[in-house]
Amino acid sequence: MIELAVALLVLGGAGFALVAAIGIWRLPDAMMRMHASSKAGTLGGSLLFIAVALGLGDLSTGVRAIAGIAFLLLTAPVASHLIGRATYLLDVPRHPSQTRDDLAGRYDLAARICRPPEDAGR
Amino acid sequence: MSAVLAAAVVIGWAMLGLAFAIGLARLVRGPHLPDRIVALDMLALVGICAALLQALDTGATAFLDLALVMALVSFLSTVAFARYVEWVAFRRRAQADPPPLEHADD
Repeated sequence: MIELAVALLVLGGAGFALVAAIGIWRLPDAMMRMHASSKAGTLGGSLLFIAVALGLGDLSTGVRAIAGIAFLLLTAPVASHLIGRATYLLDVPRHPSQTRDDLAGRYDLAARICRPPEDAGR
Repeated sequence: MSAVLAAAVVIGWAMLGLAFAIGLARLVRGPHLPDRIVALDMLALVGICAALLQALDTGATAFLDLALVMALVSFLSTVAFARYVEWVAFRRRAQADPPPLEHADD
């Protein structure tokens, strides 16, 4: 029974890693590619950590798997946010369907800060 | 190890290999600096998944430690690359006649 669960988790984890790769290949601009790799990739890695914990089934493996999942969940948002901000600052062209830019004119690059919007106090 | 799990591990290896090949293709193709960094981040994650699959396959828990260390190093390298791209962006703003975006880091 446990072996069946582990097999399903392995297939799910590797499948989500493949979904992340397909997203990186197929999506049209850098922001969308960052979105595909961060979400699907983290989920695939976490599923494989759970599969290893269930498959080997001792305490030290389980603890290390939980630590690995926590580390992936903590670092993936930070890394993808940094990549997204770098992409925005570099003015990489976006796909024509992306029409809204809430950050337009708010980055003060001389002072290296991002100003709040005009109606932030309301 | 049952036949079902052995088959799942083989299929998992095939999926991870395909994912690595696609990621490499995006890394080579670009076209811009952030695309390559995203591809590198994804390749490191496929490497983590491969180490985990190997740990499950052989029962060697050292590969679990390898996966943890690769997660740490890939996060730090992604942060460093992102900071580098921001530095390139600041430098481009200061240049009167910046090079085309495909060669932003030359």
